[in-house]
Amino acid sequence: MDRFDRTERWLHWANATLVGVLVFTGAVLYSGELSSILGRRAFFKEIHVIAGLCLPVPFLLALPGRRGRGLRRDLGVLNRFSADDVRWLRSRGGDRTVRLGKFNPGQKLNTAFVGAALVTMLATGLVLRFFNPFPLAWRTGATFIHDWTALGLALAITGHVWLAVSDPDALGGMVSGTVPAGWARRKRPRWYEEQQGPAVSEEPAGSAVPGP
Amino acid sequence: MPIVESMDGTPIGRRVFLGLAAFGVSGIVWGSKAAGLMEHLLGPIAVKDGSGLLGLLPTGRFRIYSVTGNLPDRAPGNWRLEVGGLAGMPYSIGFDELLGLPAVELTKDFQCVTGWRVPQVRWKGVRLADVIDQAVPQAGAAAVEFESFDGAYTETLTLEQARRGDVIVAYELDGKPISSAHGGPVRLYVAPMYGYKSLKWLQRITLVAQPRPGYWEQQGYDVDAWIGRSNGRSDTPA
Repeated sequence: MDRFDRTERWLHWANATLVGVLVFTGAVLYSGELSSILGRRAFFKEIHVIAGLCLPVPFLLALPGRRGRGLRRDLGVLNRFSADDVRWLRSRGGDRTVRLGKFNPGQKLNTAFVGAALVTMLATGLVLRFFNPFPLAWRTGATFIHDWTALGLALAITGHVWLAVSDPDALGGMVSGTVPAGWARRKRPRWYEEQQGPAVSEEPAGSAVPGP
Repeated sequence: MPIVESMDGTPIGRRVFLGLAAFGVSGIVWGSKAAGLMEHLLGPIAVKDGSGLLGLLPTGRFRIYSVTGNLPDRAPGNWRLEVGGLAGMPYSIGFDELLGLPAVELTKDFQCVTGWRVPQVRWKGVRLADVIDQAVPQAGAAAVEFESFDGAYTETLTLEQARRGDVIVAYELDGKPISSAHGGPVRLYVAPMYGYKSLKWLQRITLVAQPRPGYWEQQGYDVDAWIGRSNGRSDTPA
């Protein structure tokens, strides 16, 4: 079953690459030990700044026009929390009677958090890099926010990667763009039905569903 | 073809996103207050923490700044300090000779004017007073200019400030040689003032009658940078 179109996958991996570079170079700049092993601090700082400035570019390329339709639709889906989503959150994902749509509420919250964190990192990073026009206290504030947000972001990314690796079918959705129908029916029943039309969901499990 | 997923449900995601982003970005303005509070709360714990885990948290740690955009690097063997200007006996001294002079140790908080504070940093070096007096300042000398071998960073102290016991020419930080990132092999450590006065990558000391403003002073920072009594800040003295 089609899950993510070409634009969405491209955006995901372009952004992941940039964030990966930012996390690595950021860790080097942040950690005294890593810096002293690797040296070349100025080089890592340069890379960090360039990657940071590039951060909005994939979004700006992916969002507009026809090619961004799937992405914009999915953002709309990520925005909305159904009654089932709220029950899922209340039960911390334990309620088996919940019928989830394309994304689980954890993914929705993660999107909101990571998105906000990236905006925050970019804004505070700009103040840190181009500090001259700003009052001294802003530089202090930006340092503080940049550091703690980085920590939160690192935790969110770790969780995201961990969950993706422990569910290869879901990960495959972001790699090839498709997921097995069985996965969709089990994990995202409401999305599965919407994709197949209600008639298909009445059929017995498995084989009736055509491949991508 | 797939039908678009029904758009029911409450639009929470965008609100969470916008709320968090506004919170984070506005932190540029309120973050300095929160940072002060955090250093105050976590600083003392981080010092006693044996696991080193708290050392990973963004509190009580050095941030590395350089004014030229790269880190100047000089091996101790190639390093020399020139002491001159209004001096009866200008001289220069190598790294090993500096280590031969009477050493002093200072353990104090390192306070940056941008707000961060590293608790209980151990410095070892030579009193700046000794280094200056060896050059025999002339009667007209009233201040001292410092130059870094990065070619840009300069600082100044009055002669009176330079002769304080808690102002040293440092070559050890927390029991180790000072790394290039921290301003090594030899830097200034001016304990009672904000970090920018503690010039990194020291290579020249010049006795003068009237000092030219240093690098950060030209950016608008106070010349007399007493911790808690300058730059509009109210930190506890180190």
